Amino acid sequence: MAVRVRVPTPLRRFTAGADEVSADGTSIKAVIEDLERRHPGMRERLLDEKGDIRRFVNIYLNGDDIRFLDAINSKVKDGDGISIVPAIAGGR
Amino acid sequence: MATASQSFPRSPADANPGAPAGVRDSMAPAREIVPVGRADSVLDLVGNTPLLEITRLTAGLIPAGVRIFAKLEGFNPGGSVKDRPARKMLEVGIAEGKLKPGKVILDSTSGNTGIALAMLGATLGYPVELVMPSNVSRERKKIVEAYGAKIHYSDPMEGSDGAIIMCRRLIEQNPGRYFKPDQYNNEANALAHFETTGPEIWRQTRGQVTHFVAAIGTGGTVMGTGRFLKSKNSAVRVIAVEPDDAMHGLEGLKHMASSIVPGIYHEQKLDDKIPAGTEEAYEMVYALGQTEGILVGQSSGAAMIAALKVAQSIREGTIVTVFCDFGDKYLSTNLWIGWHQWRRERLQQVIAKWRMK
Repeated sequence: MAVRVRVPTPLRRFTAGADEVSADGTSIKAVIEDLERRHPGMRERLLDEKGDIRRFVNIYLNGDDIRFLDAINSKVKDGDGISIVPAIAGGR
Repeated sequence: MATASQSFPRSPADANPGAPAGVRDSMAPAREIVPVGRADSVLDLVGNTPLLEITRLTAGLIPAGVRIFAKLEGFNPGGSVKDRPARKMLEVGIAEGKLKPGKVILDSTSGNTGIALAMLGATLGYPVELVMPSNVSRERKKIVEAYGAKIHYSDPMEGSDGAIIMCRRLIEQNPGRYFKPDQYNNEANALAHFETTGPEIWRQTRGQVTHFVAAIGTGGTVMGTGRFLKSKNSAVRVIAVEPDDAMHGLEGLKHMASSIVPGIYHEQKLDDKIPAGTEEAYEMVYALGQTEGILVGQSSGAAMIAALKVAQSIREGTIVTVFCDFGDKYLSTNLWIGWHQWRRERLQQVIAKWRMK
């Protein structure tokens, strides 16, 4: 299952500057594992030591916050769009 | 005039009538009565914020000879430290003739500076437009709009740098229309702290401050206050706090290595820089609420972490840090996700983590 993942500025150092990358997986969790394989360093930024989404990271699946879906176990399908959005903007 | 607070027990221990009377604190104000506000404009209500000694959270965590104080910037009329630079930047802009009737105040900001500019613009009679990433907290958008300002939303994926770039574009399209305070590059930002925050801290600690610890967003607070304190006593150590990673959740703070570095930020003037993790800063916010009875924003949690680290690295000293704002603006944000599973049990774990080895 190939999905498109939009990458925020602070994570682009792992994607050689790309603002969108492809990844495979049938759930958000699997997609993050695949992102880690392709772009090492990503998982630690997104998940805490227990494997949950970090509190300050928001992930949207086709525009919906996955916290209101099935969180990290939310199912994804071919062609879905995923956005990783830091909770904040930085710099007041 | 006697006040209730003079005799009010400060803690359960103080309520014990058998306890010996404390030695007079050399830094305690001689019951200064601050004149109760009567002002022509909110402009005159900026600054002169209280300094709170943090004693309950730190009990048993820091050496006996070390004290930590926090400047409670949430007491400013706009609710944050940013009232200070905003007022100064507008004042200088008007004095230099760059801000004059017909101009619109425009800047990029993810929150507190926007609130300050919107508030001050309203009282001064200038329209205000702000560029902010669309993922700033709902409360902030509403507060800014309540002051009559207009918001331009930038792409949340591009963070605050995206807002900076969009702001530049708006000015290019309409060069004569705007006055841009430009908090990142306007020396009046740091000057506000040199003229107000620094002298207040010096006065409030009776010149005994040894360490100044402040989180960096534009760098204005740490640069201006630090410069003032060093001008009074060159031995004062000035320490900045920044997020530990480019990907962080500390609203208002900048991870310098991965950001457009503000023109007013001069890292070589710092004595040290301490990284703070987002999750530990969030937990510190919870701990401050439950121990000190003070609800602050996440940047204050980061500042408190750094102050604790400094406190645990020295034997004696007076550390002053800055709590940039109160926490009510963040109640709808990620700061409070997972809060219910936290509560009291977790508080003890967090405090235990800080117990000195």
